[in-house]
Amino acid sequence: MNEVPAVEVLSVEKTYPNGTHALQPVNLTVQEGEFVTLLGPSGCGKSTLLKMVAGLLPPSNGRLLLWRKPVEQIESTGHRLSFVFQEPTLMPWARVQSNVRLPLDLAGVPASEAGPRVRDALAMVGLDKFAGALPRELSGGMQMRVSIARGLVTQPTLLLMDEPFGALDEITRNKLDSDLLDLWSAKKLTVIFVTHSIYEAVYLSTRVVVMAARPGRLVEEVQIDEPYPRGPEFRVSTAFSRYAKQLQDSLLRASGTQAEGALS
Amino acid sequence: MAESAPARSTKSTRATPLLARPEFQRVFYPSLVAVLLIGLWQWWVTAFDIPRFLVPSPLLVAQTLVADAGLLFGALFTTLKITVFAFVCATVLGVLIAFAFVQSRVIETALFPYAVLLQVTPIVAIAPLIIIWVKNPTASLVICATLVALFPIIANTTLGLRSVNPGLMSYFKLNRASRLQLLWRLRIPSALPYFFGGLRISSGLALIGAVVAEFVAGTGGTGTGLAYQILQSGYQLNIPRMFAALLLITVTGVLLFAAMAWLSKLALGSWHESEANHG
Repeated sequence: MNEVPAVEVLSVEKTYPNGTHALQPVNLTVQEGEFVTLLGPSGCGKSTLLKMVAGLLPPSNGRLLLWRKPVEQIESTGHRLSFVFQEPTLMPWARVQSNVRLPLDLAGVPASEAGPRVRDALAMVGLDKFAGALPRELSGGMQMRVSIARGLVTQPTLLLMDEPFGALDEITRNKLDSDLLDLWSAKKLTVIFVTHSIYEAVYLSTRVVVMAARPGRLVEEVQIDEPYPRGPEFRVSTAFSRYAKQLQDSLLRASGTQAEGALS
Repeated sequence: MAESAPARSTKSTRATPLLARPEFQRVFYPSLVAVLLIGLWQWWVTAFDIPRFLVPSPLLVAQTLVADAGLLFGALFTTLKITVFAFVCATVLGVLIAFAFVQSRVIETALFPYAVLLQVTPIVAIAPLIIIWVKNPTASLVICATLVALFPIIANTTLGLRSVNPGLMSYFKLNRASRLQLLWRLRIPSALPYFFGGLRISSGLALIGAVVAEFVAGTGGTGTGLAYQILQSGYQLNIPRMFAALLLITVTGVLLFAAMAWLSKLALGSWHESEANHG
């Protein structure tokens, strides 16, 4: 493959100042247009890895490159990244449209340009009717949609999502999962998605990276060779169960070696 | 009321009698207690024939308030002027100090103990000094009242400016927000609920500070404020007037508090949990 990879993680390691070894040296390459999911139990360092990719945390060792440049220079590559947090992290005092416009305001985008982009982003997540609402007037799922709209409004090419739907009920989560896939294919995004749900990982990803805890490390990579668009019927197909089983076995094998430690 | 209320509450308002409505209860029950207490007081004074220089009847207090209206309301105006002036000074100073504290840990570490020192030193103890040092009597009273009202504003605003949702903080940092953008778009809005909490406490303290300072300044020729009227009435055994002045101070304090609560509701009502009264 001669194209430039979107994300390169080169022997990246993280040790917190208190001595916790959050992540053993990790190597990972994500190609443009991939949907890669980091799957693992709590404490496996998946969020840590994602935050290091975003530049929110410095690695203790190793290098992270986005389109062959360090994260601070991502603008020079013509690419943009957006980060969607576990919680909606909206400003409670600002209306939905102002929340979505925030990254544009921070970047100094003029209002005439920002307005239409905010409207587009809200339409993409199906919230155009709620532009004037306050976050507290929305359900958890809708707040998360606002958060995603805020991530999309900057027209990113790389979307990093840290367990974005973890706090939602299963029905809402499934709906948002399939909406996310629609956006991913429509916008030709590269996505790195963190979750601890095996089913979410299988449903969404082109590739699943299985991680294990204590110490945090990569265990295995599983390619999900199923065509898109993936409808609800994919969730109940035999292929789906087979992948789920494979991931589950992989997680069990990884934790089995250190089962005693995992309990402490 | 029921006609203009939003659709979801119409049904419940129509179905419930006046007495069951919370907004009516909030006014009705305290008023009922007031009427009962005042009635009891009036009855007690009349029934036991209590001399007016010991405890005047509520009726007499009201009559005095009307008869001495010119004197008392003039005094109220003086006290109110000092209170409001001190309150504004405390707010401005407190906010500036809080901003300084948040900008640098060194400044906060160095100065915070002195803010506490200011708070724990009884104003009665330092008021005489201030009154001696500052020539202008009004200014000296304003300084005393400001000192009393300052600390809650500093403490609350500092806490508020620091109480930023860590997720939002990360989001702003991820988007390379400048220091000014962080302050203006994140820290200040996050601090508002705390700031208004500080205002509510401080408005009452400014009044207390003003009254205490007037007491200390006393008959020394400075004041014509309400505290001075209370002192004078005490010397003259004009107890009804003393009660009337006391009543004015109390009502002023309540009104100040209510004004701050209203302002807070106006500013935060739509978004903050503390002001939102429905789910």
